[in-house]
Order: sequence, then structure tokens, then C-alpha cells
Amino acid sequence: MDLQIALLLGQDGITNGAIYALLSLALVLVFAVTRVIFIPQGEFVAFGALTLASFQAGKTPGTLWLLIGAGVLVALVDISLALRSGLRRKIPRIVGWNLVYPAAAAAVVFLLKPNELPLLAQIVLVLALVVPLGPMLYRLAFQPLAEASVLVLLIVAVAVHLALVGLGLLFFGAEGSRTPAFSDASFDWGVVTVSGQTLWVVGASLLLIVVLAVFFERTIYGKALRATAMNRTGARLMGISTVMAGKLSFMLAALIGAFSGVLIAPITTVYYDTGFLIGLKGFVGAIVGGLASYPIAAAGAILVGLLESFSSFWASAFKEVIVFTLIIPVLVWRSLTTRHVEEDE
Amino acid sequence: MMPPRLLLAGFLGLLLIAPLAVSEFHVTLLNYIGLYALVALGLVLLTGVGGLTSFGQAAFVGLGAYTSAYLSTAQGLPDWLVPLGGSPWIGLLVGLVVTALVAFVLGLLTLRLSGHYLPLGTIAWGISLYFLFGNLEFLGGHTGMSGIPALSLFGLELKDGRKFYYVIWAVVLGAVWLTQNLLDSREGRAIRALKGGVVMAEAMGVDTARSKIVIFLIAALFACISGWLYAHLQRFVNPTPFGLGIGIEYLFMAVVGGAAHVWGALLGAGVITILKQWLQDWLPKLLGASGNFEVIVFGVMMIFVLQRARDGLWPILTRFMPQREARREVPQGEALPKKPLPESGQALLEVRNVVKRFGGLVANNNMSLTVKSGEVMALIGPNGAGKSTMFNCVSGVDSASEGEVLFRGTTVTGLNSRQIAKLGMSRTFQHVRLLPTMTVLENVAIGGHLRGSKGVLPALLHLDRAEEARLLAEAARQVERVGLKDSMFELAGSLALGQQRTMEIARALCADPCLLLLDEPAAGLRYLEKQSLAELLRKLRGEGMGILLVEHDMDFVMGLADRVVVMEFGEKIAEGLPEEVQRDPAVMEAYLGGVD
Repeated sequence: MDLQIALLLGQDGITNGAIYALLSLALVLVFAVTRVIFIPQGEFVAFGALTLASFQAGKTPGTLWLLIGAGVLVALVDISLALRSGLRRKIPRIVGWNLVYPAAAAAVVFLLKPNELPLLAQIVLVLALVVPLGPMLYRLAFQPLAEASVLVLLIVAVAVHLALVGLGLLFFGAEGSRTPAFSDASFDWGVVTVSGQTLWVVGASLLLIVVLAVFFERTIYGKALRATAMNRTGARLMGISTVMAGKLSFMLAALIGAFSGVLIAPITTVYYDTGFLIGLKGFVGAIVGGLASYPIAAAGAILVGLLESFSSFWASAFKEVIVFTLIIPVLVWRSLTTRHVEEDE
Repeated sequence: MMPPRLLLAGFLGLLLIAPLAVSEFHVTLLNYIGLYALVALGLVLLTGVGGLTSFGQAAFVGLGAYTSAYLSTAQGLPDWLVPLGGSPWIGLLVGLVVTALVAFVLGLLTLRLSGHYLPLGTIAWGISLYFLFGNLEFLGGHTGMSGIPALSLFGLELKDGRKFYYVIWAVVLGAVWLTQNLLDSREGRAIRALKGGVVMAEAMGVDTARSKIVIFLIAALFACISGWLYAHLQRFVNPTPFGLGIGIEYLFMAVVGGAAHVWGALLGAGVITILKQWLQDWLPKLLGASGNFEVIVFGVMMIFVLQRARDGLWPILTRFMPQREARREVPQGEALPKKPLPESGQALLEVRNVVKRFGGLVANNNMSLTVKSGEVMALIGPNGAGKSTMFNCVSGVDSASEGEVLFRGTTVTGLNSRQIAKLGMSRTFQHVRLLPTMTVLENVAIGGHLRGSKGVLPALLHLDRAEEARLLAEAARQVERVGLKDSMFELAGSLALGQQRTMEIARALCADPCLLLLDEPAAGLRYLEKQSLAELLRKLRGEGMGILLVEHDMDFVMGLADRVVVMEFGEKIAEGLPEEVQRDPAVMEAYLGGVD
């Protein structure tokens, strides 16, 4: 291997690592706020990428039907609950978010011919379709179990993952898609050639991280999420709704997932089940951070990206084996540094 | 919960004649149900009983299948492996050893961390092994290995699915028997305590980390045997049935069937296997596309089961079955050996200048006290004075930041609660810690854990019955002693709070301690119950036991204690005879407020 190849692999690793870093942040966030180990994170990546690809191919994306279907289900559950507990005034809001919004989204998709829109508008449309799925999913699968043990929540998360992968196959088919690069530019800096796409991915990831940091530090909702993560009961006593916190964290996770999907779509061919492995690599990063520390999780994710790109050069058949075996030393280190007697459930 | 004998006999009879009555296709289906049930059974032990979980069971199945496939086909074996080649039985042995090693290492790495690291570790392990199988040339890569020899048993070659059927189901029923034996034993009670009773079990001397590894190993070995059977039934292996997806399906079988019930594993394996078969036929036709759409149904079903019937289908099914009368005989058995109690008046416990800090908060500051054998020492003080913290430091649930704790002359500072329990100290908890779905008798028997010695193997094979009878008889004696004889066979969770506290005393006594630590034993008791508790404690004192008591009921304390230590804000403010302490101005100020 010469320097040129090393730099190329490094660039590749950092590009993928930036995306894993975004995902690891979402995973840490969701776990801290809701105690859910969010295995379906990767499905949002796939949905984001495949929705963008559908738009560009002039097809109606399957996520639209998923949004409408999930909206109807949430509306049914919430309206029947509202009627039973006599809270009729809640109904317009429920109908608005879960029935009117998806219908409006459908109208936009059918009227606007998204394949003729500029890329930025397409991306906005992708996010508008995929992001609301996050809170809806929380409402349907996790909210009724909010007090259950981490173990039960994890099994539910795996079940949701499985259902979403199946739905992905149903709506998008078995063929993979790849979208054109955001930019064809490439920059020569001495021996290094940096592609425009790399700059886009790294830049957009950094931007999103900064936006999230500002959100958590400066806004009331961001502070509410941090409070819930630190102490659920305490936050609740201060009037922070844990349901709101759960939905909001799932919305952020869906946003991060879909956005990562949009970023990764030009780099690699995305299939309906590609998201899982991508999400799990984010997980390896999150585990490095002990499912608690954002900066260590992000650093761990970058490490995963680099490890992956270098091992694909030396032993490409064993790429996945090497990446997932990385968590073993991490677990050794964690288990040697933590000591606690704990009571689950 | 076991079905009554008649139903069980009927089920076994059906199993016996099934291959003679049904088509080849259905025999194959039953064979698969048996193979899956074996894996699901391991998960029942791990998840339903032990509260741990694994998504990587399919990888253990693969390990069993591939090890035997590789060794028994005996093609291209390196020289050092040639002696092991050619026989499925050696393949089984080697497979079990390899699986046990992998599970042991994986368990060691993850089980010390909080509960969710094990499942995450098993996901990573499941994926890694799957890709490894698919990429190793000598294992046939993604195309797999064929030409695996058939099993032969007593000279009979089992090439036919109908014959193999009996092998599979004999193994499954054997595993059910072993699992039930294990759960109904000393080790089994320790395993059942893992879900929600770790702190209590450790305080009773149970090595919970060991129990966790044990069930993870058993689950992995069941999976390995299932894989071995699979390899010699199919006589062909490739990586597909050992991927993470199938690992998840195994867990679904256990949860849908009823993860806390041994028979739930069989039910779950049956339901999921038949449903999968049926969905794979119908869904592609219905949706007009081909693919594994059954995962959508499984995923949704799983969410629904966990939201609406978290205990799975088995408990729902047993509601429609006649119930067998629960055992009500008081267990009889020879008494267990007792340790001699130290002579009266000898110092048992010495706490010297103990400081306990939680971050910046000093919960105990420079605390000293002694407890002698044959005396009741009461530790009193207002709420938040640091009494329970003191208890935790003494009993090893927590460790002191500074200072020294001596028990019977040896220093126990820094030892964990299990080691301290071994030395003859036993305790109750301020917030009752019991296993609500176990009977009072079984809960109390956990206290006797250290007085038995039969391990997992004898328990699996029911070779521990003599010791088990003596343990249960001892537990029954302690239950009677504290006056709970009538509730011996009730579930501990159904008792009133006061009775639960009393049950904790029986559990502590079952450990045959020489020092008893009681954290608010009289709270929630009625007047007469308090009187009989006081009488019991006096009797124990008379026998030479030392008792350290935290209590708020002053009449109870003053009538019983020989000496009293008063704490406020983490410090000792008074010590002496009950009458002296009652007149102490500092104590009066602490309890009644100062006069300015």
C-alpha cells in the first residue's frame, strides 16, 4: 500500500465514519431518553435513500403509503382512546397530524412531479415523508410499553426492525438503487484528491451535529430532552411529558436516519435491507461511548468507518467480521472499567 | 405450571404415533419444530427465567452443525484433526466443547456489564459468525458442505426422516426434563432470582455472575445439539439457517410461546414454524411479489404479544386446562448441620470509624459500633440519618469509603455481600426484596443456599434430591418458626407487607447466621404480630445470636434492645442502655426538635 491508497482509504473511511457518527448520536439520544435500543435506526437510512431514488426515477415512493398507513393506525388508536377518556377536544389535532398531513404530503408528491424539482427540494420532500414515521412508530410500538424493562424494549425494537425490513421489501422491491452524486467536483491538494461528495457528507454531518448541539443547549425542547435523559421521574415532576420526549427523540432519530440515507445514497447502492448493517455500525460506535457519551460515540463511529475501509482493502471478504469483532475489545475494556451491582426491572 | 399427567401422557402418545400416521411432509415439519424447540428451550431458561437474552442462538446452532459437518465428512482435514474425523459422535463432542468455550468467553465479556450488552454482543457475534461461515473456503463458503454422513445408532443407519424423528424428539423431551429438574433445585432458585433479585441473592450467598454464565452455557449447548442434529438430518449445511434473522426468530418462538414456561418453548416453536410455512405459501400470492414477507407478520405479532400478553401464549392456554393440585405437604427431611454459635458476650461485629461518601454527600461520618453475641443492638435515628447506608456497608452491599468493619475478628471491609454471607452474617432489607412469583417456602430456601453444595450437574440429573429435601425441610422449619406456616405455599408476592418482612427474617435465619441484621422488621406489623416478633428475637438472643436492628417503633426497640446507638446526619450522637439514651438531651433534640 502506498500513501496515495492510504489517503484514499482514509477519505473513504472518514466519509462513512461521518455517517456512522450521525447514527451513533441518534442511538445514544434515543437510548438515553426512552431506554430503547433503537435497532430500526438503519431502516430510516434505507427509507431515506430509497425515497430519494424513487423521486429521481419519477416513481411514487413506497414510504408515502407507509406514512398514510401508519397515520391511519395512529389516528384510530388515539381517537378511540380520546373518545373513551372523554377528551374530544384532542381529536382535531390527532386528525390533523395523522390524516391531513399525510394526505397533504400525497397531494404534493402527486402534483409537483418531484423528479423535475431541484435536489434540495427533493431532499426536503424526502424528510417530510420519512421523519413523521419516527414519532408514529413510537406511538404504535413503544409508547404502550414505556415502563417496560430495557430487555422487553429491545425485543420490541428488533420486532419493529423486522417488520420495517419486510415493508421495505414490499414497497421498494428487491433491487438496489444509487442516486447521482451531489457534486462531480474533485479537488487536488498535492497528493490528495478529495471528491466533492466527501466534502458534502462531512460538511453536512458536521452541520447537523452543530445544529443538534445548539438544539440541546439553547432550546427549551432540547433541555427537556436532556432532563428526561438524566432523570425521567424528575423531569416528569417538572411537567415534561415523557410521551412528548419519546416522540421528539424518535423524530430526531428519524431525521438523522433519513438525512444519513440521503447522504449515503450516492456513495453506495442501497437495498431495502442495507440499513441494518449501516445502523449496526453506528451501534458499535455508540457502544464505544457506553451508550452514554456523544463525543466518544462519534469518535468510535469514525474509527469504525476507518477500520472498515482499510479492512476492505486487506481482507475484503472479512470486512464485516472485522468490524463487528471490534466490539469485543471494547466490551473487555468496558467490563474491566465498570463495577456495579445492579437490579434490572 | 405443568399440565396434569393425563394431558402429558396424551401429548407423548400423540408424539409417539405421529410419524406413523402423517405424511412425509408433516414428519419433516415436526422434525423442524423439534429442532427449533430445543433452541427455544434454552432461550426460555435464559430470557424467560433468567432475564437475559441472546439474538445469537442461531450462530451456536451453526457452530454445532459446522463442527460436526467439517469433522465427520473428514475431507481435507489437517493432520492434527484427522484422529477426530469421520464420526458424527466425535463431531458432537467437539462441537459441544467449542460452543462451551465460545459461550463462556462471550458471557465473561458481557455479563458483567448491564443487561443490554449481552444481546448487543450476541447480535455482533451472530453477524460475524455468519459472514465467517460464508467466507471460509474449508467450510465450503456460501455454497456450503454436502455429503455429511447419516447418524447411526446401535448399527441402525438413520437416513430416513421418520426414524430421525424419534431421535430429535427424544432429545427435546430429555432437554425439557433436564431443564425442569434444574429449575426445581437449589441452583434453579438461584437462577430464578436473577430476574429482579440480584442484590438479594448475592446477600444470601448466591454467585449470580456464575448463575448467569451457567444458563448462557446451557442455552448455547442446547442450540449446539440442535445444530448437530440438523446437520446429520439434512446431511448438508450452508450459512443461511444460521444468520441473525433466524437467531431473532428463535427468540420470537420463546417469547410468543411463553418465555417463562418450559412447555412454552415447544408451543412457540410449533406456532411460529407452522405459521411461517403457511405465510410463505400465501403472502407472496396475496402481495403479488416474492420475498420473505412473513417477517412483517412476525414483527407485528411480536409487538402485539409484548404489549398485550407479555407472558406469551402458554399461560393463556393453561387457563383452559385442568390444573393439577399444587403440592401442599410440608417437606420433611433430616436437619442440616448447624454451625456452633459463638459464646455469649463475645464481640461479633466491630465497626470502626466508618465513613461513606456518595459524591459530596457524607452519609456516614466516623461511625463506630459493636454487636456482641447474645445481644440485641438497636440502631435508631430520624429518617435520612444514614442507618440503611450503615447496614449496606456492614453487609457488603456497598463498601465503606474509609474505616474498618470487623466480623468475628477478621476484617471484612471491601468484601462483597456474598463473601460476608459466607462468614455467617445474614440480613433483611428495608424495602422488601423477594421473588413475588415464587412460593414463600422457595423464597426462604434461597436463604439456605450456602448450606447446600450440590451444583448444576446433579440438579440437572435429579441427583440432588436428598440434599434438596433437607434444604426445603429447613426452610419449612424457619417458615413455621416465624409464624407463617399457613402461607408456606402461597406466592410471596401475595402476602401483606408485614408478612413479607417476616418472611425475610425466615430467609435470613435459613442461612444459619450468628449475626442477624434486621432493617425495620416491625414496620407494617400489627400489635400482636409485633409481640410475637419480639418474642422470636428474644429467643434467638437467648440461643446466642447477635442481632443488629434498625427500627422506628420506639416501644418495640426500647422493650427489646440491650443497647442502643442513635444516629443523626450520618453521625453517632448517643450510645448506651435504652433508658440512658431516652434521657439524653441530644437524642431528645434530634427527635423532638430543640428548644431555642
